[in-house]
Amino acid sequence: MEAAFPSPRHDAFPAGLRVLVVDDDPTWLKILEKMLKKCSYEVTTCGLARDALNLLRERKDGYDIVISDVNMPDMDGFKLLEHVGLEMDLPVIMMSVDGETSRVMKGVQHGACDYLLKPIRMKELRNIWQHVLRKRINEGRDIDSHEVIDGLQMTRSGSDRSDDHFYSGEDVSTGKKRKESENKHDDKDFADHGSSTKKARVVWSVELHQKFVKAVNQIGFDKVGPKRILDLMNVPWLTRENVASHLQKYRLYLSRLQKENDLKTCFGGINPDSASQDPSVSFSSQSSISVSQEDIPNRNFRFSGNDLLAQIANPKVHEVDQQVIVSLPKEEPKRTLIAEVPNQQESRGMKIGFKPSVVPLGPQERFTGGFNSSIPAHYSWRGAPKVPFKEETDPHISLEDPSHLLKSTNSQPNLTGGQRTNSVEYKPLCADHRSNVAQASLVRSQSDLNGVQDKGNMVNYQDIQPIPVGSSSIRGQVFDLASLPASQPANGNLSSISRSPFRPSSEDLQIRWLQDDPLSANLGFQNSEFSGYSDPCLVAEVPIHLYDALRFDYEQFVDPTECSIIDHGLFIT
Amino acid sequence: MDQRNQFHRQVALMRQSLFDQGYIDEQFVQLEELQDDTNPNFVEEVVTLYYRDSARLIVSIEQALDKSPLDFNKLDSLMHQFKGSSSSIGARKVKAECTQFREYCKAENGEGCMRTFQQMKKEYATLKKRLEAYFQLARQAGPSQAASRPK
Repeated sequence: MEAAFPSPRHDAFPAGLRVLVVDDDPTWLKILEKMLKKCSYEVTTCGLARDALNLLRERKDGYDIVISDVNMPDMDGFKLLEHVGLEMDLPVIMMSVDGETSRVMKGVQHGACDYLLKPIRMKELRNIWQHVLRKRINEGRDIDSHEVIDGLQMTRSGSDRSDDHFYSGEDVSTGKKRKESENKHDDKDFADHGSSTKKARVVWSVELHQKFVKAVNQIGFDKVGPKRILDLMNVPWLTRENVASHLQKYRLYLSRLQKENDLKTCFGGINPDSASQDPSVSFSSQSSISVSQEDIPNRNFRFSGNDLLAQIANPKVHEVDQQVIVSLPKEEPKRTLIAEVPNQQESRGMKIGFKPSVVPLGPQERFTGGFNSSIPAHYSWRGAPKVPFKEETDPHISLEDPSHLLKSTNSQPNLTGGQRTNSVEYKPLCADHRSNVAQASLVRSQSDLNGVQDKGNMVNYQDIQPIPVGSSSIRGQVFDLASLPASQPANGNLSSISRSPFRPSSEDLQIRWLQDDPLSANLGFQNSEFSGYSDPCLVAEVPIHLYDALRFDYEQFVDPTECSIIDHGLFIT
Repeated sequence: MDQRNQFHRQVALMRQSLFDQGYIDEQFVQLEELQDDTNPNFVEEVVTLYYRDSARLIVSIEQALDKSPLDFNKLDSLMHQFKGSSSSIGARKVKAECTQFREYCKAENGEGCMRTFQQMKKEYATLKKRLEAYFQLARQAGPSQAASRPK
């Protein structure tokens, strides 16, 4: 085993791709090494899974992709896959001489981005760089799309781009791509991401997200940059890229909320176009939300409430913006207003700092990839109206950051007070949400979501229940609506949630949730408001579709023994 | 010259018969394609590594077959590893026996397992001899010729 820590080579990509091969069979190790070298990749071999993990941990940025055998003596290949996904967020390819469908499925469920059968041909290895590229694109996409779509004055610091090699090369291309093929991209991402997201991604657990939000708030939304956030967060294993991509999502999320918010409140009759034009508005509100993802209680709530409302209440926005999200707005003008009003001002101001990367609540890594593509409806910022499920609901609101939504609404009035509770409440939901979201994004096609939704939702929710409270990243997030009212254990919430949401399209769910007017109640609805909600289930609904998509992720969550995984938002599935 | 050519022809024939008789499959060709100037004896190295590594697996399987009652799960798992290893060099007949062995394991047929195992060992030994002869001749004939794939 070589202990090499190659540095990234971006100029000649895919040449120079840093591959870590893990296989207990020395013959295969030798062959794969030779094959990969012939592809001009930089190869590091490992005969033991734990050695591989050590190598990966020692140098987080040392590898671009991991190829691992399924059957290994010291550790199950799937376990390794999970670890890599959780800690390093790298694409992982599984290999085995056994091509049984169930095994392959398991691999995919654990987040493998591909599953190769032995004997492996060289041509199969030649293409592995696609997984790496896809991942990078997913991460970089949000930023570009955000700018392109919203034209927000997001102050993305230049350092973000320059420092992150991932982005620099892809900004342009991703930007273009985004505009043109956003949906396509999304679908593709979802399809691909579904399997690998988990895996390799950083799982943005609730705590992690809270830290993130807190850091963002501390820095000030307009001055925020991944490096600063990273420093503040003080999470050793987190990379700048992780934060950057999460920030992107967060910004997008906030911007959407803001947009909705602004449109609704200020411009009542504003047509959809304005929605997009008004990114700042929406952003500002969003900023509040996203900023404090981590800091859910205080900050997020503030904005989220507004944003949410804005989004929800603003059907126009919805239409225009493709951002599906909003089905609610139509129905609930009042809701949004409430949130919006207070937010407006704030949001405006906020917008600067917002730079929402629209990172939905949770599982960022996964999320971004997944959300955009799969949940177009939810995340309006993705601009995928097509999403089956989501048109109505506010895609971005719900999916990504359910907690956000909740939070913001609640927080507005009581920013601080409400927040706290929110976070707590979320937990049970968050877990769900997170998984949902992550799943949604990861997943696959919207159609999957929709179709499965009804069935899946129900199931999912059940699954969610076992998820530990702490694990959900969404904790603070709005989505915890379900949890709020009940303040029950996840199970409790879930059940309530499950009942309602699943039925109709997810959209309804989402909307419903909004409709209940969590926002209006006061941003703190998390705690108390929620209970007031007539239909806490709504909240649940939203994530459901997401959940469906990520169904398999959910399964993982369900397993209490895999709490840690859940915490990390293992959307690997 | 002539002798050299003769060697080359012999090597080519030997190689072809290995394929024709089903001893090796496409994977072997993959290995040959990997051979280059930086690794002029790549195929031979890999085959040598295979035989060295798989020997211990065979011992483990033998030990497991000696036990009573037979632990079919363990046998299956061991054979799974062995099969994976054998696939690395394209040992076609050996692989076929491995598959058969696993079928017997699933059926919990101890008799069948033992018979198949013996058969597998025979194929394993035969292939080893054939490949050794092939590599030896190839070395004699000259590295470049031996390494490259005849049309």
